[in-house]
Amino acid sequence: MTYRLAPIDTSTFAAERAAAAAGRGVDGGDFTVIGSVVQRSDARGHVTGRTEFFEDVLPPRLAHLKMHRSARHHARILDVDLTEALAVPGVLRILTHADIPNNLYTPLKLIGVGPDDEPILAVDKVRYLGEPICAVVAETEAAALEGAARIRVAYEDLPPVFDVEEALKEGAPLVNEYHGQNHFIYEGHHCRRIRFGDVAEAFARADHVFEWRYQSAPIEQAPAETTGCVVVPQADGRLRIHSDTQACFFTLDNTALILNTPFNKLRIVGGTVGGGFGGKVDVVVEPVACVAAMAADRPVRFVYDRAEEMQVSSPRAAERIYIKDAVMDDGRIIGRKATLYVDAGAYARHSPYGTTKAAAHLPGPYAIPNVWADCHCVFTNRTPSSAMRGFGVTIADFALESQMDRIARALDLDPLRLRLLNAYRDGDLKAHRKVAEGTALVEVIQKAAELAGHELPEAYRRMSSTTREGL
Amino acid sequence: MAKLRGRGYASVNYPTGMNLGGDPSQALIHATTTGTFVISLSSVDLGQGIKTIAAQCAAETLGLPIENVLVDTADTDTGPHCMGTFASRGTHRVGNAVIMAAAEARGVMLEVAAEELEVDAADLETDGTGFIRLKGAQEKAIHITDLALAAHFKHGRTISGRGIYLKEPSAPVPETGEMDPDSCQAHACTAAVVEVDDETGVVEVLELYNAYEIGRALNPAMATQQVEGGAWMGVSHALFETTEPYYPSRDHGPHDFAGYLMPGPADIPVQHSLFLERPAGNGPYGAKGIGEMTANAPIPAIANAIFDACGVRLESMPFTPERVLRGLDALRDT
Repeated sequence: MTYRLAPIDTSTFAAERAAAAAGRGVDGGDFTVIGSVVQRSDARGHVTGRTEFFEDVLPPRLAHLKMHRSARHHARILDVDLTEALAVPGVLRILTHADIPNNLYTPLKLIGVGPDDEPILAVDKVRYLGEPICAVVAETEAAALEGAARIRVAYEDLPPVFDVEEALKEGAPLVNEYHGQNHFIYEGHHCRRIRFGDVAEAFARADHVFEWRYQSAPIEQAPAETTGCVVVPQADGRLRIHSDTQACFFTLDNTALILNTPFNKLRIVGGTVGGGFGGKVDVVVEPVACVAAMAADRPVRFVYDRAEEMQVSSPRAAERIYIKDAVMDDGRIIGRKATLYVDAGAYARHSPYGTTKAAAHLPGPYAIPNVWADCHCVFTNRTPSSAMRGFGVTIADFALESQMDRIARALDLDPLRLRLLNAYRDGDLKAHRKVAEGTALVEVIQKAAELAGHELPEAYRRMSSTTREGL
Repeated sequence: MAKLRGRGYASVNYPTGMNLGGDPSQALIHATTTGTFVISLSSVDLGQGIKTIAAQCAAETLGLPIENVLVDTADTDTGPHCMGTFASRGTHRVGNAVIMAAAEARGVMLEVAAEELEVDAADLETDGTGFIRLKGAQEKAIHITDLALAAHFKHGRTISGRGIYLKEPSAPVPETGEMDPDSCQAHACTAAVVEVDDETGVVEVLELYNAYEIGRALNPAMATQQVEGGAWMGVSHALFETTEPYYPSRDHGPHDFAGYLMPGPADIPVQHSLFLERPAGNGPYGAKGIGEMTANAPIPAIANAIFDACGVRLESMPFTPERVLRGLDALRDT
């Protein structure tokens, strides 16, 4: 077996590498297993099709669940007519909000972040296109789809708001009554703040001031395996939930709160997942599937189809970021002001968390003595965004590193030298007031320059994360 | 009409662990009478390889071959709590918990071996092949299979251990944002080479040069797969992906992979990757979390390379042919 291996540079940080390995392994020598290639334990199963995923669980009498979803961006629900749907052969039950014991998602309750702001099934209003209203449980997937298609909902349209800055304006349509305003409140503040040094003084004293705007759009996690679960009622009254969740106990705890049942009534079986990328952190399929399994007293499968995965499942938030920098002639950035808007969509999910993570990431991996940031978590009438690989950081990096390139070009400086000049080093105080340690930005820049054949002058090649040399 | 080539750079850092901490994971480990150690977890393997990394951490700590380690995970009836697989936390949190559990089990293993061999436990060592032996006396040794049997049937001892890793939660100061968000930071720098077709607006990423500082590559093959896969995702985010192509308009949202494009084999750039290791004091054998970071630097590096190629500064993601062409039109108009 041969493996593709990126080389490891053993000369940089050689002393620290050796010190951390000292006393490990046989006779205090090298590692025996760590640092070695071991075949991924499930690789053979994955490539031969023998790995079992949750959808391979096929208990007898398995019933299927499909959602009837909102056809409007923002509307009052005037009436829900189930008559035709219930007449579809094979339809067993249709669940509405009245069937859910505690009809509120509680993703952040367990870490003390509120308020609960999202129904499992819509009550009197829908706040985004695709919001679930009724769950149809049927003998077959086709019958469940047919039943869902025959539900008639009468709406009274309400004005939607789709733009984060529009949503924050006076008189904008209110997206989410649980919050009472179109943004999350952070301990009395309208946004998550960073206040470090004095940016006004930095802008007054700067040789140059640069301000630009950046924008991203929602991005789908796009796992090969869509979000789903199979719930199997047990003889002892417990529910066994086969799930592709990224977090088994998170799913268990939240599902129990929604079912209003003791935690130990539930058992999650998972652990082998066909890609997550954050899309399987929210607990969206298990609670309603459990209610359905209890109501029908049958095993129930609820799996998103690809269209649901792309348009209803929570994506990476769109972000809008304004960055204003105070820069000296030599390229030193002495102040950075960032205003960041995270488009949470109609409900909070994990966006308040991601917005705080974005604040912690600012002003990027640079030692900037004056930093001001306002990071807003904003509600709009779109699919709620939530966790996705690097959320809070990925889009900020697009903005920050585009900004660095533009500053370098405006001042006619080498883009890597500009970064090396401003890179954070051990001992620097970050904007969130933690002292930096274990830094290595200088070294990855130097190595990438070498790889790409970008020449750096001797003074820049001698810079280090552990010294102030060259500054 | 021409294909214009350009080069762009970006450098980033990325935090390990759930922001603000407070995200524990536990591991339990025990030896069966066959000398096989079972690690009990409730952690999820999304394809990133936590099952393999957990086994490697246990084998290294126990001083036994990896074939002696099994991982039993993700059944909440049998596995202890894990916060979940996200926030680049799996290797760091679960790895540390496994090392703690395995260290306790190793202590018992050496105590029982000392009784069996009638020596002092402090004079024993593991040889990595399955034997526990007296330092300096190769013949005075016992195999783990014999030892595990003896521990159970003769000494009445369980060779087992418990592990947990918790970074204590930090609360931000609302006025200033003062906080302790992370356990450590990994680093990356990307140089991207692109070609822009000024007639079609299509951007092709030709090469990526990536240097990653990751603390320790616990499994160099899986680390390579993770960084190369992550860089692919960065290319995909940069050039193709969104569920709302005319955001903030909700129109034209794709519903399948015919409308939601991602790079196919022919779109994948040549990747030149290099690892640096600056071990984190709190990481399992120094490792930092790298799951999320590797998608990040390619996006701005590609944006900057597009500007270098054709003078169009793209402020909105993704960098579609339409946006490139509109940018080129705007340049011609000025």
